[in-house]
Amino acid sequence: MGSPDNNLTDMNVPGARAAEAGRRMGTTLNTLPHGTEARVVSVDGESAVARRLMEMGVVPGAPVCVIKAAPLGDPIEVRVRGYHLALRRTEAQTIRVVTGDEVKP
Amino acid sequence: MTTTLKSPAPVLETAPTQAGDAATRPLTVALAGNPNAGKTSLFNALTGLRQKVANYPGVTVERKDGHWQLAPDLPDAQLIDLPGLYSLDANSIDEQIARDVITGRLTSVPKPDCIIAVVDATNLERNLYLATQLLETGRPLVVALTMIDLAERHKLEIDAARLSDALGVPVVPVVAKLRQGLDALAAAVLRAAESAPPVAGWRLSAEAERELEALAALDAPVNGDGITPTVAATTDAATTDVATDASARRYGALVELYAEELPEEAGHQAAVASARARLAEGNPRWWQEPLLARYNWIEGVARRTVRDHKPGRTRRTDRIDRFVTHRFFGPLILFALMLLILQTIFSWAQLPMDVIDGGFGRLGELVRATLAPGLLTDLLVDGVIAGVGGVLVFLPQILLLFFFISLLEDSGYMARAAFLMDRLMRGVGLHGKAFMPLLSSFACAIPGIMATRTIENPKDRLATILIAPFMSCSARLPVYTLMIAAFFSRQEKLLGVLSVGVVIIMAMYLLGIVVAVAVAWVLKHTILKSPPPPLVLELPPYRMPNPVNVLQTIRSRSWMFVRRAGTVILAISILLWALVTFPRVNAATGDADGGAAAATANATGSAPDERATTAGRDETVQPAAGASNVAEAVDGDAGEQIRQSYAGRLGHLIEPAIAPLGFDWKMGIGLVASFAARETLVSTLSIVYNVGEDATEESNSLIEAVRNARRADGSPAWTPLVAVSMMVFFVLACQCMSTIAIVRRETNSWRWPLFMVSYMLLLAYVASFITYQGGRLLGFS
Repeated sequence: MGSPDNNLTDMNVPGARAAEAGRRMGTTLNTLPHGTEARVVSVDGESAVARRLMEMGVVPGAPVCVIKAAPLGDPIEVRVRGYHLALRRTEAQTIRVVTGDEVKP
Repeated sequence: MTTTLKSPAPVLETAPTQAGDAATRPLTVALAGNPNAGKTSLFNALTGLRQKVANYPGVTVERKDGHWQLAPDLPDAQLIDLPGLYSLDANSIDEQIARDVITGRLTSVPKPDCIIAVVDATNLERNLYLATQLLETGRPLVVALTMIDLAERHKLEIDAARLSDALGVPVVPVVAKLRQGLDALAAAVLRAAESAPPVAGWRLSAEAERELEALAALDAPVNGDGITPTVAATTDAATTDVATDASARRYGALVELYAEELPEEAGHQAAVASARARLAEGNPRWWQEPLLARYNWIEGVARRTVRDHKPGRTRRTDRIDRFVTHRFFGPLILFALMLLILQTIFSWAQLPMDVIDGGFGRLGELVRATLAPGLLTDLLVDGVIAGVGGVLVFLPQILLLFFFISLLEDSGYMARAAFLMDRLMRGVGLHGKAFMPLLSSFACAIPGIMATRTIENPKDRLATILIAPFMSCSARLPVYTLMIAAFFSRQEKLLGVLSVGVVIIMAMYLLGIVVAVAVAWVLKHTILKSPPPPLVLELPPYRMPNPVNVLQTIRSRSWMFVRRAGTVILAISILLWALVTFPRVNAATGDADGGAAAATANATGSAPDERATTAGRDETVQPAAGASNVAEAVDGDAGEQIRQSYAGRLGHLIEPAIAPLGFDWKMGIGLVASFAARETLVSTLSIVYNVGEDATEESNSLIEAVRNARRADGSPAWTPLVAVSMMVFFVLACQCMSTIAIVRRETNSWRWPLFMVSYMLLLAYVASFITYQGGRLLGFS
């Protein structure tokens, strides 16, 4: 499903390259196009950051969706487990995801 | 059963002694939950107004306690409101304290007989994460399921009975606002406190479980006194239950094995290190195992208990956020909100401020009319009543500011502000989370600095603490207000709506922000250099602020302010009064009674010398001092009195230093006094200027006194430029004893508070100098 914000915020996405990356297997959350449903594959950051992300519910297998980016392009707003979480792109980069087409549960 | 005061009720004895045990001792219950889960609303509903706010000893984690009437025939339980938490992993001081309270490690807090996990029904999975960790502690647990009304509206159906079965603990749906479910919660807590503790329903891999067992066995009763480090303070009970002890040991081992650091205890370090190495061999992400196991289990629980889960629905929050965090409208809304709040504070607060001002004025007159004239009456009227009145008059503004801040916090907007501002904040090396403490510092730097503990990285936290006092706090408002009322109130409105005063105040706020940004950048690139920290921030759903929470926040914050006004500021007022009153001049006025004359006589011995030196200093400082007699004739004996007083001498002493900023020695007195607390400038000036007035006359307002104040050469002491220079000084200088004290406590050394005071004073001096001298060059007066 699409985020209602697409028309307002999609300009922030680093364009076609991101979309292309999203179609490939194992992209990272920061390059995921807005509104695309994806699933977490792994959380690879250093342990303190990864731990915090996982405590907040970003664990392998969890569905995630990027909603929008903040006015200056960073941080991004992500929906996970039914609530919304703000992350910086550097953190989002440590989260590997696959898009909905590739892994239907 | 007196020995069990601090211990869990022994499970094996509960059945027969249940009633008697609960009746003889008040229970201790701790309330734990995620931020935004409705914990504060529940706490307020359970305790009403019977609560107190303090700090845990040695740290500035806020400790909120209240009395909760569990049942009519039982003593009230002590309800402890733990800080809002996402986990018990001790990433921050809040989490550390919460875990210590729950496991009974804090000697200042009785070990809770029962924990209430506040779980938000609309955000079940993430909220259950903390609940799973609470289950692991093996303490009696009850789940309070909040926001069930919202969940129903979102077409989320949660089966509380099934959830209770799955978790193995009672689950009580509550609606705090409507007081629904509170009795059931009390009953569940009474039962849980007396029954067998819950057991966590998940296990780790066989390898991990083996390591846990081995670690737990290190402290088994056979090889010592049976005290594990994590439960050291709790095992004072003579009858330690075997099952409880084993689960506590397993929990201790779990914490040690999966902590970021190695345990402090030497005997455990080697064991834990080798256990970690063995686990890492089999699985490089071994440390993720408990997190995965908990969420895995939670997902199973959620599948069994939640129906009609529609993750893709458009929530009201999403619709609001379409504008509030929009790339263009978002910052605009943020700025407009700040402007609106400031404008409101200044217009709405006017009426109550006039009432308070008039009230204290009449009180002063009444006291003066009733009591015999003399030193004591002067002390009461000019010291006590004028001093306290001069501070309390700003209570309406402070109430309004806290009103807005608690509205922003309670509604969920604060997190959006952090989201919008994070990129900018990171630009200067700070964290989006620093935005909230800094925004709170606009009310008062003390709660702001206390709020920095949510920032995990110590260097980021320190940088935020060091710049927090640049945010124009409410204590500066009296100063700004006075300056603006005296010099800028009569001017035309800009663009027909904005008064010049508001624009100037806005400029002062901006100056503080700009300097803070610059200082933060310098700090983060020099002494506090560190890589940018992660931002992991919940954007909670927008909620209608709970009026009780808002009132409670305003009440406790303004009480803090009033208490300060009533103690520190009262003491300073009296001290200042004494400083401007003594030593008495021998040519003193006719109104001096016997007591004053005696005091005068005592003081005269040394007075002539002092006067000579003071006069001499005057001539060196002010070339125009020759003409000063004209002005003094106007001020009369009272002017002579203040010139001779200790305060006057102090003012004169620093006058050479502050003259380039446009300040005279009377303002110098105010500056010296305001280093205790900024708002004392106002009460000091009223004392300094009121002394120069005829005491029996209808007292002019301070504004008139400031406008009419003259320098020794007869020129006006204050000009608009001096007023601006003064405001600039107040924006940048760290004039607040309480801030210094709190920084000392937060940083645990004198180094940082001293550093802060010095660099801020230097900045204030330089900026004020540039303002005044630059303004004069540009032709302003």
